Amino acid sequence: MSTTPLPAPGSAEAPERGPTCPACGEPVGDEDRFCEACGADLPVGPAASMPVEPEVAGCVTCGGAVGDDGYCGVCGLKQPDPHDREELDLGWAAGVSDRGLHHPTNEDAMFLSAPRPGMAVAVVCDGVSSSSNAMAAAGAAARAAGPVLLDTAGTDPKAAIAEAAAAAQQAVIAVPRVGDGESPSCTFVAAALRDGELTVGWLGDSRAYWLSPSGNRRLTTDDSWAAMQVDAGVLTEEAAEADPRAHSITGWLGADAPVAVPRVTQIELAGPGRVVVCSDGLWNYASDADRLAGLLEGSPPDAVGAARHLAQFALDSGGHDNITVVVLAVGERTP
Amino acid sequence: MTSFTAAVYQNEYLPEGGSEVNAIVTVTAAADGGAGGVTVGAGVPEAVEIIMIDCSGSMEQPASKIRAARDATATAVDCLRDGVWFAVVAGSNQATMVYPATVGLAQASPATKAAAKAAVGQLRAGGGTAIGSWLRMANSLFDTRPQAIHHAILLTDGKDESERHEEFVAALESCQGRFQCDCRGVGTNWVVSELRAVAAALLGTVDIIPDPSGMEADFRSIMDSAMGKAVASVALRVWAPQGATVTFVKQVSPTIDDLTPKATAVNALTSDYPTGSWGTESRDYHVCVQVKPAAVGAEMLAGRVSLMVGDQPVSQALIKAIWTDDAALSTRMNNAVAHYTGQAELAQAIQEGLEARKAGDEATATTKLGRAVQLAAQSGNDATTRLLAKVVEVEDADTGTVHLKRTVETADEMALDTRSTKTTRVKH
Repeated sequence: MSTTPLPAPGSAEAPERGPTCPACGEPVGDEDRFCEACGADLPVGPAASMPVEPEVAGCVTCGGAVGDDGYCGVCGLKQPDPHDREELDLGWAAGVSDRGLHHPTNEDAMFLSAPRPGMAVAVVCDGVSSSSNAMAAAGAAARAAGPVLLDTAGTDPKAAIAEAAAAAQQAVIAVPRVGDGESPSCTFVAAALRDGELTVGWLGDSRAYWLSPSGNRRLTTDDSWAAMQVDAGVLTEEAAEADPRAHSITGWLGADAPVAVPRVTQIELAGPGRVVVCSDGLWNYASDADRLAGLLEGSPPDAVGAARHLAQFALDSGGHDNITVVVLAVGERTP
Repeated sequence: MTSFTAAVYQNEYLPEGGSEVNAIVTVTAAADGGAGGVTVGAGVPEAVEIIMIDCSGSMEQPASKIRAARDATATAVDCLRDGVWFAVVAGSNQATMVYPATVGLAQASPATKAAAKAAVGQLRAGGGTAIGSWLRMANSLFDTRPQAIHHAILLTDGKDESERHEEFVAALESCQGRFQCDCRGVGTNWVVSELRAVAAALLGTVDIIPDPSGMEADFRSIMDSAMGKAVASVALRVWAPQGATVTFVKQVSPTIDDLTPKATAVNALTSDYPTGSWGTESRDYHVCVQVKPAAVGAEMLAGRVSLMVGDQPVSQALIKAIWTDDAALSTRMNNAVAHYTGQAELAQAIQEGLEARKAGDEATATTKLGRAVQLAAQSGNDATTRLLAKVVEVEDADTGTVHLKRTVETADEMALDTRSTKTTRVKH
């Protein structure tokens, strides 16, 4: 999910216009050689009949016309969903969301806004795949939480995160159930950066990291079976995360959520570094903060380059889940 | 009014490089309000019914045959819904009008039905058998009401021997797509392959009436079904992607009927397969498409099956192909596809086994009929199992071990042959 909603196909088309005179803009006939209004010479041939309506894009493979059902009417191939791969590049802040290689749809969603240098809001939600309509749940949560966090810029950031989570919870509860499965639900992680102060709130196992030359830290503690085992001292982190039950989460947004109040943490960011907000599609392959930082050593310095690099790493590692990565490049291109 | 729905049963997963896509498409026509699809056909449809009765000389041997034919035809006339256009035709070396007396159709009413039954009562046997000429007569009668639902009954007791085979084939070709014809052979002197050819070309059923006494009940059930038809000329419109080939489109329930040779091209990627007229019923179709393999992870629409009533699509089903490297997914056999593949093999094993038996090739006959016994038992096709048991001694149905019976009633053999294409329905 992006901060700038994609125009719905067919909803924002330009009004139908015939050819116009390039000199005065008055309508002209298809066959006219001169403008009836100003007398200017009109270009001949196809150039005279502009502007043209944008063509409906053809099949990505063969160029054939695509049917309403999303399949090419010539070669039959299913056309990619634009949500399968989304990129947001806001300069020092960027996000990438990718379907991965094994899931049929991308049930992750992200919200990202960076209204001025040093100030950003990032939200990542991961639809719970055993729940009904998980993709819609994640999208609704991210869309609801992001603007709330932006609007509460002057207030206590911890309270703002809680307010954003509450708005997201209301949005998820309103998502209709489709078919079988539990109530629509998703994870939630939100990061609000204000001039060096980073506030993070979360429910579930989507994460935030702070990676900097002065130290790499994971900022969140998963609401998950694995984290409970580690906290209780039953299993090591490595053993817990390798367990089949590792991804059973104990906190989420949704009508059946036990508590929809996020845990919140806050840090002062000393010096330059990168905030990484992500779904488990990334950290499954690099859970440790130092490992993640190591991966970024060879990456392009800009935020979108770093986000793409991490997403590609997850794809190259197997891409078993949807992958969403948001990177805030702090103190590099900001004063 | 009738509404149609279509559902697809398939395993859409293919292994890397896999190209054969199989799907069972279940089409259900319900009285309005039932299935929830697009509704077609308001009011009572116009229908034409033509009854063709063999009156060749052999119908007098024994005389009970022609008497039973008269009674059965009278029963069929009684079953006509008032307002239906109809005619009764006597068949021998040529076709002769029985009712109405001149070439044309009458509209069913108590008065015309009584007059028709009186005319049928006068039927006498004499002459030969030229089935092609009967069909041509029926075709010209149907032509006078081109928009109506066209249905015919054809009854014969003998071989088509009073015309050249080419004339018979040409007549079949000229009638194809014009009307549906249910064929019945009475006694055991008719030829299964001839009537099967008529039924297959004209989208009808074929069956044996071993004893003339069974004729009346059989005609009544044919007429009940014919009078229940509410929508004429329904076609399956099958689209397949460029580079793909539709290997076959077969009706697989209630009977096996290969529609592949009846395809007419709509455009380069689309063909229509006729299914005739529909009442309140459900049929299954097996569609097999060869596609160009795509990369692992890609999803392709391998076929789009639209149900067409005239030019109006009334329901649609999508056949998909998804390539995967997960063998657990790609090797899974869909129940419905497996079941009907087995039923088609069963019909073929019976027909080939009986042919081998006739040709004196006992080894092949034993193998084929043994396989048939095995398939019938596995699929719970009890009707076919009973028919097979009249032709072979079953030692072990599980392994298909059988012995050919020394003496077999001709009627039993013909019944097995004609009914070999009847399938059991899969439970989805």
